[in-house]
Amino acid sequence: MAEYRVLLVDDEEEFVSALSERLMLRGIEVDSALNGEEALASLKEKEFEVVILDVMMPGLGGLEVLRQIKSTYPNTQVILLTGHGSTREGIEGMRLGAFDYLIKPVDIEEMLEKMKEAAKTARTG
Amino acid sequence: MEGIWQKFKGLMPEGLKDFPHYAEGPERYNLLRKNFVLIVCITAIIPLLLMAAINYYQYQSALKEEIVKPLSRLITSTKHSLELFLSERESTLRLLIRERTFEELSNQGRLNFIFQSLKAEFPEFVDLGLIDSSGLQRSYSGPYELKGKNYRDQDWFQEVQLRGVYVSDVFLGYRKFPHFVIAIKRDTVEGDFYVLRATIDTEKFNQLISTITLRPGSDIFLVDKEGILQTPSRHHGNVLEKIHFPVPPMSQEAVITSKKDKHGEHLMGYAYLRGVNFVLVLIKEPGEIMAGWFTLKSELLLVLVVSVAVILIVSFRATGLLVDRIREADQKREALYAEMEHTGKLASLGRLAAGVAHEINNPLAIINEKAGLVKDLVELSKEYQDREKLISQVDSILRSVNRCREITHRLLGFAKRMDVKVETIYLNELLQEVLGFLEKEAFHRNIKVNYNLAPDLAPIAHDRGQLQQVFLNIINNAFEAVEDGGNITISTKENETEPGVVEVAIADDGRGIHPDDLKHIFDPFYSKGKEQGTGLGLSISYGIVAKCGGDIRVESKLGKGSTFTVVLPQKCTMA
Repeated sequence: MAEYRVLLVDDEEEFVSALSERLMLRGIEVDSALNGEEALASLKEKEFEVVILDVMMPGLGGLEVLRQIKSTYPNTQVILLTGHGSTREGIEGMRLGAFDYLIKPVDIEEMLEKMKEAAKTARTG
Repeated sequence: MEGIWQKFKGLMPEGLKDFPHYAEGPERYNLLRKNFVLIVCITAIIPLLLMAAINYYQYQSALKEEIVKPLSRLITSTKHSLELFLSERESTLRLLIRERTFEELSNQGRLNFIFQSLKAEFPEFVDLGLIDSSGLQRSYSGPYELKGKNYRDQDWFQEVQLRGVYVSDVFLGYRKFPHFVIAIKRDTVEGDFYVLRATIDTEKFNQLISTITLRPGSDIFLVDKEGILQTPSRHHGNVLEKIHFPVPPMSQEAVITSKKDKHGEHLMGYAYLRGVNFVLVLIKEPGEIMAGWFTLKSELLLVLVVSVAVILIVSFRATGLLVDRIREADQKREALYAEMEHTGKLASLGRLAAGVAHEINNPLAIINEKAGLVKDLVELSKEYQDREKLISQVDSILRSVNRCREITHRLLGFAKRMDVKVETIYLNELLQEVLGFLEKEAFHRNIKVNYNLAPDLAPIAHDRGQLQQVFLNIINNAFEAVEDGGNITISTKENETEPGVVEVAIADDGRGIHPDDLKHIFDPFYSKGKEQGTGLGLSISYGIVAKCGGDIRVESKLGKGSTFTVVLPQKCTMA
C-alpha cells in the first residue's frame, strides 16, 4: 500500500528511528538519513516524493541540502522541520522552494496531512 | 615639545596632573572647581599683577625724572650764583692787591679810604686788613681792634701761603653774627709776600639762598665738609650747628639721592662749590615729592583690585557652571551606562533563553516520537490487557510534551519578539489564560480577581504572544500593587464611539502611583516595584500596544489604587 516514499533527514538518530517506525506503521515507505551528505546519496539511489528535512544540522546545513535537492530533483517536495528558534530559516526555506514547514515537536497527524499533500504535488508535478 | 610639557606639568599644583582618576564622588568636583579657579587665577591674575608692577615702576621712574630734573637745575644754578658771588669778592680783593702798592695798603689812612669805597660797592664786606709775611697785621679797617695781631701760627695763614687764596668757613665773630674770611696773597719782586684779608657777612649768602622759594617741608642750606651749617636752615639747625646726617661725598655736579630718616624718604640734592669748602644741600619733603605719586598709586591699586575681583567672581561663577555641567553630564553618562548594562543583561538573558528553548526542543521531539510510537504500538495490539491504562499514560506524556513545547515557545517569544504572528484573538479567553499564570499567587495571597467581561466582545487580529506579554505585565503590576486580600477587577468592553476598538481595564485597589511617577511610568528602566524589577515591563508593553495603533491610559490615586486601560484597535496596524 506504499502510496509514496519519504526520506527522513535529521541528525538525531533516536528521533529519526522512532518517527520512521511510526510512519511505517501507517503504511508509508520511509528511508532515513542522519546528515545532508547521506540524504543526497540516498536521493541518488532512489526516487522519493517527499523529503522531511531538519533545518539545523551539523555539516551540510538543511538549507544547503534543500537548495541541492530543488536543483537536482525539482519534483521532490521538501517539508522542513524547524525549532521555534529557527523560524527565520524556515521562512528562508520556503523562499527556496520548500513545500511547507513543521515546528518541532511535531504532531503526527499534522505531519501525515502535509506529507499527503506534498506527495500529491510531487506526482502531479 | 614633550619635555616642555613635562616641565610645565611639574609646575602645576598636585591634582591638576592626574585629576579625574584618583578622586571620587563630590570631592572630585570640588577638586575640579579648585583647579579651574587656580588655573584662571594663574593665567589671568599673574599677568595683571605683572603689568601693574611694570606700570608702577615706569610711572615711578618717570615721576622721579620729573622731580629730579628741575631739582638738579635748581641746585646747579644756585651753586653757580654762590660761586659767582664768591669769585666776585675774590676778584675784587685780587684787583685791590694788584692795583695798590704794599705801602698804600699798609697805610692806615689809605686803607680806610679804600675800605669805604669797597663797602659802598659791596656792603657785605665787614673789614679789610693787610698782613705781612711775618703774619703781623700791618693795617686794619673795620669794627674790631685787630691792628698788630699776629697770625703767623694760624692755619689759614699757612694755607694762603701755599695756595695764594683762602676762603674760611663761617664763624661767629665778636659781634655774634656769622661771617667768613677771604685772604689773597701777593708775592713781591724781592721774593717776599703780603696778604690782603677781608671778612664778609654771610647775610648775602642767606639772601641768595632764600630767594629760592620752597615748600615748608623742604630745606636748602650750605654746610662745610665737617657738616657744620654755614647758613641757617629750616629743619636742620642754625648757623654753625652740626647737621645730623653725614655730609655727602664729593661731587662738583649736582647729585640727587634719597635720604631716609624718621619722617620717611626725602629727596636730597647737593653739589660742592668750586674752590671752597662749602656744600650746597637741598632737601625736599617726602609729601611734596610723592603727592602725585600717591594719587597715581591709589588709582592703580583701585583698578587692580577691581580687575582681580572681577576675574575672581567671573572665574568662580564660570567654574561653578562648568563643574555643574560636568557633574550633570557624568550623572547622565552613569545612568546611561547603567541602562546599557541592564539592556545588555536582558539581551544576554534573552539569548540564553532562546538557546535553552531551542536545545530542549530536540529531546522534546524525541520524547514526543517515542511516546507516539508506544501509543501506536499499543493501539495496534488489541489483545494487550492494560491497553486503555497505558494509552492514557502515554497521552499524559504527550500532553506534558505539549506543555513543554508551549513553554519553550513562550521563552523564544520573549527572546525574539520579531516573530510576530497575527491571528484572531478572543481577548476574554486570552485574559483568562494570562490569569492562569497568576492563579497560584492570587490563591496564596488571597487576592480576589473580579471579571467584568463583555460576553460578546468582537475578536481582534493581533499577535497572541505579544498581547499575552502586555497583559501579563500589567496584571503582574496590579498584583504587586495590592495588599494581600486586595481586589483586582478586569473588565473588557467595546469602545462606544469607535466600533471594533476594544478596551481592557485592569483596576486595583492597591497603593496607587505618585503623580510625579505617573509621568515616567512608561519610561524605560523606571521602576518603583517592591523588588526593583527591570523597569522595562511597562515600557515594552506600551511599545507593543502603540506599535499596533493602540494606547495605554493610566489613572491613579495615591492610596486608592490604579486603573490601566489598554485600548486595542480591531486589527494590529503594524505587525
